[in-house]
Amino acid sequence: MTSIHNGGAEGRPPSAPSPSIPAVRMVGISKSFNTVTVLENVDFDVLPGEVHALAGGNGAGKSTLMKILQGVYSKDAGSIEVGGEPTSYNSIHEAKAAGIGMVFQEFSLISTLTVAQNVFLNAEPLKGTLIDDKVMVEKAQAIFERMQTPVDPEGHLDTMSTAYWQLTEIAKALSENARVLIMDEPTASLARHEAKALFELIGRLKADGIAIIYISHRMEEVFEIADRITILRNGVRLLTKPLNEITPAQIVEGIVGKAVEVSAASVNADENAPIVLQASGLASSNGVHDLDLTLRAGQVVGLAGLMGSGRSELARALYGIDKITGGSVSVDGSVVAIGSPQEALAHGICLIPEDRRLQGLILDHSVANNLVLPHLDAVTKGPFVDERAVSSLVSRLIDAFAIKVADPSAPAKLLSGGNQQKIVIGKWMSRDPRVLIMDEPTAGVDIGTKAEIIATVRAHAESGMAVLVISSEYSELLAMSDRLLLMRDFTIVREIDRLSVTDEQSLELEVQGVAA
Amino acid sequence: MTNLISTEPKAAAPPARRRLTLDWRRDIIYVGFVAVVIVFAFLLRDQGFVSTTSVMNILRQTAIVTVVAVGMTYVIAAAEIDLSVGSVAGLASVVTAMTVSHFGLIPGIIAGLAVGAAIGAVNGALVAFVKIPSFLVTLAMMGIAFGIAQWSTASAPQPILDMTYNNMFGGGSIGPIPVLIIWMLLAVVLGAVVLKKMPFGRQVLATGANKVAAEYSGIATRWIRFRVMVICSIGAALAGMLYAGRLQSGRFQWGQGDEMNAIAAVILGGTALSGGRGSVVGTFFGALLMATINYGLILGGLDTSQQQIIRGIIIVLAVALARQK
Repeated sequence: MTSIHNGGAEGRPPSAPSPSIPAVRMVGISKSFNTVTVLENVDFDVLPGEVHALAGGNGAGKSTLMKILQGVYSKDAGSIEVGGEPTSYNSIHEAKAAGIGMVFQEFSLISTLTVAQNVFLNAEPLKGTLIDDKVMVEKAQAIFERMQTPVDPEGHLDTMSTAYWQLTEIAKALSENARVLIMDEPTASLARHEAKALFELIGRLKADGIAIIYISHRMEEVFEIADRITILRNGVRLLTKPLNEITPAQIVEGIVGKAVEVSAASVNADENAPIVLQASGLASSNGVHDLDLTLRAGQVVGLAGLMGSGRSELARALYGIDKITGGSVSVDGSVVAIGSPQEALAHGICLIPEDRRLQGLILDHSVANNLVLPHLDAVTKGPFVDERAVSSLVSRLIDAFAIKVADPSAPAKLLSGGNQQKIVIGKWMSRDPRVLIMDEPTAGVDIGTKAEIIATVRAHAESGMAVLVISSEYSELLAMSDRLLLMRDFTIVREIDRLSVTDEQSLELEVQGVAA
Repeated sequence: MTNLISTEPKAAAPPARRRLTLDWRRDIIYVGFVAVVIVFAFLLRDQGFVSTTSVMNILRQTAIVTVVAVGMTYVIAAAEIDLSVGSVAGLASVVTAMTVSHFGLIPGIIAGLAVGAAIGAVNGALVAFVKIPSFLVTLAMMGIAFGIAQWSTASAPQPILDMTYNNMFGGGSIGPIPVLIIWMLLAVVLGAVVLKKMPFGRQVLATGANKVAAEYSGIATRWIRFRVMVICSIGAALAGMLYAGRLQSGRFQWGQGDEMNAIAAVILGGTALSGGRGSVVGTFFGALLMATINYGLILGGLDTSQQQIIRGIIIVLAVALARQK
């Protein structure tokens, strides 16, 4: 087989990778930010032609470790060898030169350029002082041929699907002579058959001696393609094992920690509670299909699923942001049309969106303005905004949600993440919504605030509202939900028996779809 | 900045009283205006800069551009732009003049405003619903409206003989105050009250600051953008009608170039070109500042070319000083 590796530019000759010398060996890596230790004495290595999975929960230190490897952060202690040679680099450029390639989770590509232009961005082949387009396209073509993936190097990226973006990223790394590829959740935005094609490509890259560090939350994938797995927890390496010596349950236990029982005593699964929202056969322009959902008064329904399973898309469709293309939605027994957020709100459906900074808040505007924005029509005197009514509403909301802000006229961007999230939640609560949809309501929020938010949601649910919660944190789903639904491939596949799921591990196993 | 966020949740209770403090960057327009007036008053004391005549001249000179700039404040605050205002003014002046001559006063007024509303609706629909950037839509409309006005009149001025019209829209005065100034003050007061005190104004600012968050907050952001384009065009049409009244005729060239003066006034007045922050009173002072500089330079004996250079420098200075870190 021709070398994929040397497919690109001039570069160094293909140093025949010896399988015994690790492509990367990180020893005793430690890193602190201010006084917080995020990595402590972590060892990690990956061999040429090996796929090494890196796993761990949020804050385990995976991304910090990878950022050190890429030269984004400097390490406080420890050493890094690349291909057996000690290195010390302090920038992304030096890491790239050493052969570390990254397939970014959020693609680092420029959508208006062609594939070839992206692959050779800032490294364009020149003829004199001008870019030699012909050579550039040929070289890109050669890389894709060696990857055995049909991609048109002259196609514009903005006309292509995310799978092609990823292939372009990989080609870019290969053109820079990467010997190690870091892939962070590479299948999160891929359809099933695209993911399959990616795995086949990974197989070919392996055969060519490229070392792959594979970060994924999807257990199936890890078992399908990885050779070894390293689990980090709280900045410490817990274990490194070949995958044939470990079970999914052991991995989950490693990631989650010791099983914490979440009390199910307060679960309100009354099947006779009045139905507030019912969707049947729902389909939407963003991919949701054949989805049935029933939300009952006073109950919190948790939506479990992996990243990219369509949970946020469902939320956006129910709120009228993305178009509903099929099926029906009824609220309190009558069928409703939801074509816009205004219509959703008119039927009492509110959404707390996942991206607080982009979707939830106007960061430059004041706390008061943000809180009152959805209710401007309710605080008027004649045609004018009644400042007195505004400030009394604002101070009531600030009190009710314990938002820590001295001056409500201060811009929202000055508040901490937790307080910002309280504004996003608070701004809907004075409406007494019938249905509250929350997408990752506690993302980026400190532990204390998290508990407050969970308590507030439960309290509001008890007053008769129906709540749908999307969360990637299993502990949060368990603490909040009366019922649990599992979403996969843009539809709800089944209900998870709430009472049989008592800890995070068993929920993780349900979501992963692998037997314990 | 940290003292804004205390750990005392209780501190939020009393509604915050707006302190009368001067924020240098936010209020640069007022500081600049006062500074320019003082400098001119000193330098041009022998040419009679400080006089009622001067004040009236400056106000009259700035009146029509201010009417355009009030509407432009809405558009820019909503993070859009309208380059067609000058041409819309020209077309409205022509349509009004022709309609007044053929059908009388009231139909003429209605026709002029209808031109603004119709062009604004086309602009707005293309921007908000067809999703073409407002820069392109209004650049195209600038040419189209100008062309229609020139073509339909064969480049000839359309005289207005109806003196009621001419007095109402430009030439006349109520007591000692010229009607032009009254129209301007009406536009400023109405514009300021709606932007600051009505839900619509808040929704415009929210849409301009973060369209996505505004949409998620239940604001019909497309209709907001549609409406600001309509408002701006109606303002431009009114400006064209004022030109027609003052000059007792409609002509396709009236208003030509006003888009740049209006945009400059809006930006000088502290409205963010990226949207989300805007003040009609600031815009008024922005227009006033430019008119004052012009007037002072004329009194000082500078010619048009020199005036343009100095005006350009002052705009850049003001915006640079006002810029957020």
